[in-house]
Amino acid sequence: MAIRLDKPWQPMAEAGSALKGHMGVFQLANEAGEILLINYAGGRSLFGLKGEVIDQAKELSEVTQFRVEVTTAYMSRFRELMMVYHADHGKYPKHNPPVNLGRLSPV
Amino acid sequence: MDLNLTEEQDMIVRMVRRFVRDEIIPLEMHLDPDADELAPEDRSRLIEKTKEMGLYGLDIPPAYGGPDIDLVTRTLIAIEMSQHRAGLYAPCYGTFGGAGLAQLFEATDEQKEKYLYPTLRGEKRGFFGLSEPSGGSDPARAIQTKAVQDGSDWIINGGKLWISGADRANFGLVFARTNADKGRNGVTCFIVDTDTPGFHVRRVVHTLRSAHYATELQFEDMRIPASNILGELNKGFAIANDRLTRQRIPYAASCIGVAIKAQEMALDYVPQRETFGAPLSSRQSIQWMLVDNEIDIKQSTWITLEAANKANLGEPFRKEAAMAKLVATEAGGRVVDRCMQMFGGLGVAKDLPFERWFREMRIRRIGEGPSEVQRHVIARELLGASLR
Repeated sequence: MAIRLDKPWQPMAEAGSALKGHMGVFQLANEAGEILLINYAGGRSLFGLKGEVIDQAKELSEVTQFRVEVTTAYMSRFRELMMVYHADHGKYPKHNPPVNLGRLSPV
Repeated sequence: MDLNLTEEQDMIVRMVRRFVRDEIIPLEMHLDPDADELAPEDRSRLIEKTKEMGLYGLDIPPAYGGPDIDLVTRTLIAIEMSQHRAGLYAPCYGTFGGAGLAQLFEATDEQKEKYLYPTLRGEKRGFFGLSEPSGGSDPARAIQTKAVQDGSDWIINGGKLWISGADRANFGLVFARTNADKGRNGVTCFIVDTDTPGFHVRRVVHTLRSAHYATELQFEDMRIPASNILGELNKGFAIANDRLTRQRIPYAASCIGVAIKAQEMALDYVPQRETFGAPLSSRQSIQWMLVDNEIDIKQSTWITLEAANKANLGEPFRKEAAMAKLVATEAGGRVVDRCMQMFGGLGVAKDLPFERWFREMRIRRIGEGPSEVQRHVIARELLGASLR
């Protein structure tokens, strides 16, 4: 499995038809592909990725694109994506609340 | 060995049981089913409570400020502490504190100042770096990470796999080969600061556990001063072996705790759930599952307490600890599996904790030495040096 989530972005307008109720992780981005939020749909998420992606994008007017990865290891994958983002950018995505995570130095 | 709890043990067990049921389980109703951490404010509040209970830092020796509680009682406490959803890998979410890396109690005064005391104060975190991609069950032969002396320093190159907590740690115990020709007598334990140039956490290793992950480490020309050798040069295997043996008892205890909780839930459920006009509890197939659970729980409990008792008395306990680890992890898996079967669809849903226990319990037959290695350890103890 690749450490970075590098699937193609999909327009938010397609979220309703493209997503199902799976557990997994997702990223939301603006038109330029800048990641604004990394999060997950866990075991308590109503309607899984579909519900979380649509609901959380509604809160952020800049979001125009999303991508997801279906996984039951959503918590460790979420933490990994956050740590990789921090390793790449020296900070966490703009709309992620402050978190206390470890550090990775991926190749 | 007296099989009855003393008055003090009974009181402590009841106190911890109440803590789990009144403080931990209600919080879990609002956490993600795979969570392994509490909100910081809840964690701080509960740590204050365990301190008031006199049970914070259970595994810290009294000389270092820990409560003076014997190993049998600590095992009984560990059985209670794990009786909730996250109990296998995050018993009470760490609110009882811990000793960190117990090997540091044998460190030099200078090492204690730098690593042990800050860890006990909660200011630093450590990791235990033993397993490698080449294997974890036979560290004497599998360790390929090399340390080469350069003046008063050592240069370490290599890697580690399945290491918990390295991404958040300030330092770690890293076992490296310092003499290629001496097998288990050529391994040394180094205390490594994680900000040392050449120390890399390369990736998260995703497993059946969703929250409590492992990491893969890489060391590139990592320069470590000789003063950071823990214990003696080429004597690291004894440190690793001692840790592996001691760890088997609490590892077994948490499996027993989860099995007890699963059985308790099943005993509540089967008289209420009706199928074909009769409660599940009236079916012999269900009754036998409950009976088998009870036998599995009792066997593992007594074997684990016996191991704790031997260790407590200062007697050799390697065989008993291996038996406890083997029996409790395998029995725990069977109990959780049977309970899932009794609960049917609910048993596999994330609404209830069985599916998490099922995933995490499966790891228990592999982690800290798989069942086959435990059998090997026991056989070696029975048959003597001819098998070494």
